[in-house]
Amino acid sequence: MTSETMIEMSSVHKWFGELHVLNDINLKVTKGEKIVICGPSGSGKSTLIRCINRLEEHQRGEIVVEGTELTNDNRSVEKIRGEVGMVFQQFNLFPHLSILDNCSLAPIWVRKLPKVEAREKAMEYLKRVQIDDQAHKYPAQLSGGQQQRAAIARALCMEPRIMLFDEPTSALDPEMIKEVLDVMVGLAEGGMTMLVVTHEMGFAKEVADKIIFMDEGQIVESKNPTDFFANPESERTKTFLSQIL
Amino acid sequence: MSNINKNMTPPVIEIGVLGWMRKNLFSTWYNTVLTLIGLYFIYIIIPPFLSWAFFDATFSGTTREDCTSSGACWVFIKQNMKLIIYGLYPSDELWRINIAYFLLAVSIIYLLIPNLKYKGGVGVFLLFIFPIICIFLFSGGLGLENVETRLWGGLFLTLVIAGVGIVLSLPIGIMLALGRRSKLPIVSLLSTIFIEIWRGVPLITVLFMASNMFPLFMPEGVNFDKLIRALIGVMFFSAAYLAEVVRGGLQAMPKGQYEASQAAGLTYWKMMSLIILPQSLKIVIPAIIGSFIALFKDTTLVLIIGLFDFLGIIQFVGTNPDWLGFSHEGYVFAAAIFWVFCFGMSRYSQRLEKKLDTGH
Repeated sequence: MTSETMIEMSSVHKWFGELHVLNDINLKVTKGEKIVICGPSGSGKSTLIRCINRLEEHQRGEIVVEGTELTNDNRSVEKIRGEVGMVFQQFNLFPHLSILDNCSLAPIWVRKLPKVEAREKAMEYLKRVQIDDQAHKYPAQLSGGQQQRAAIARALCMEPRIMLFDEPTSALDPEMIKEVLDVMVGLAEGGMTMLVVTHEMGFAKEVADKIIFMDEGQIVESKNPTDFFANPESERTKTFLSQIL
Repeated sequence: MSNINKNMTPPVIEIGVLGWMRKNLFSTWYNTVLTLIGLYFIYIIIPPFLSWAFFDATFSGTTREDCTSSGACWVFIKQNMKLIIYGLYPSDELWRINIAYFLLAVSIIYLLIPNLKYKGGVGVFLLFIFPIICIFLFSGGLGLENVETRLWGGLFLTLVIAGVGIVLSLPIGIMLALGRRSKLPIVSLLSTIFIEIWRGVPLITVLFMASNMFPLFMPEGVNFDKLIRALIGVMFFSAAYLAEVVRGGLQAMPKGQYEASQAAGLTYWKMMSLIILPQSLKIVIPAIIGSFIALFKDTTLVLIIGLFDFLGIIQFVGTNPDWLGFSHEGYVFAAAIFWVFCFGMSRYSQRLEKKLDTGH
């Protein structure tokens, strides 16, 4: 079975001033693939996924998302952002809007969906992440885990073909991590293409098709979970694994 | 720890009026001294003022001869009320201003009553349709007799200048703030220059320029109305201050809000109008209202270019030989009216803050 290529990054470089944060990144993601990216802080893993929806600009190389190359052309950026959903470490819900409005805003204003339809769909996704009973509250009235699930629902309301997760559980209290991971596992089982930056190795073992280890802006290791944990090749991966497992 | 008494009440001395006074007014010997000094000042200022303004004052009559008591002579205000409220606007046409006053009052009262429907509609009426109605009502046209702006005056003129300034300067200020933070260097540079020039010049200078210098630069025969020139000056002056206030609010926004909007595919203008501005304007409501209050009081400066606003006309009627020597009453009255308007704005700002609070 030949699967459709969703994202292709070839020889991507990025610098923050003098700092070489992405160094020759080559990555191909096919439809339905789940990729977990880990690595020490400052290794460039967040920057990598943020380049995919142009929250960061790459300076060299090529990133093609669903056949559209990311350039300075605003139209290509907007098109890709419509296809790619993102979940942030700090949730980044809009605090002045109710949970329901958070979810229906982009479908109404970007997808031009009629209001009623957008709200119905939002309720549907909120039900899927099990916070439909909180729909009319404001973000500040929800727990961290609930906020992150709302943020996932908000991204899903755009019916994206790819989901990016930037350390989705790092800002959560331990007892709330599971409820968010459960939602992500459910999403993975539904066949979503996912790139997840996380240190939750249990999650990685369970759902990842491929685990990528990054250090100093480079992809050091890229393997399926069994091999990744059993026979890591590089010393850096071994050290990292010994520290977090 | 099972025998915690849940029904304990606070000691009597801690609560009630006595408790409050003990805690706040007489807690230490110097607090007690300060309280007593404060009370003394209240005692020497308030009762004499009240007797002058109310108990010994004259309210009825028509001429200064009716004012025989030692208190204030409010007959002076009463007899000149028409001038104070309408300026020199022709007597037969006053109904036009009254309609505007009426529409304004009804709309504002409607907006202040909680939980009414169609508030958005009333707001749009007040901001967009009402001003157009006012232009025709005040200056004429559409079958109404023309009334030159040099006849406009009094409270009416003050409200026109403040109203135009407030309604137009906020959107201009917002655009300038966005411009100053723009990634496009030319837009940012021009906005910065504009803001800094207007903020660096006293309002009096702006008004002088508008009134005396500006006509020199115009070709002969071209003549803008003096009031319009003053309005434009006041508007840009206030917009420059508001731009900096709004910029402060924009800078208080966490980066995550921008990123979440962008990731959702919102364009720049949608991100600003739906996500960033609603939150950042909310943060700076007190400062925005502060600017509006300052603007409202600054309108009195138009006196120096020969426009007779509320305060100007009170000074003017005080020079009428029939009423010489009653300027105290005039100024106290002016202060009271200004205070009512400014205090109203201040209270409205607090209400707005409470209403828009979503707990973050």
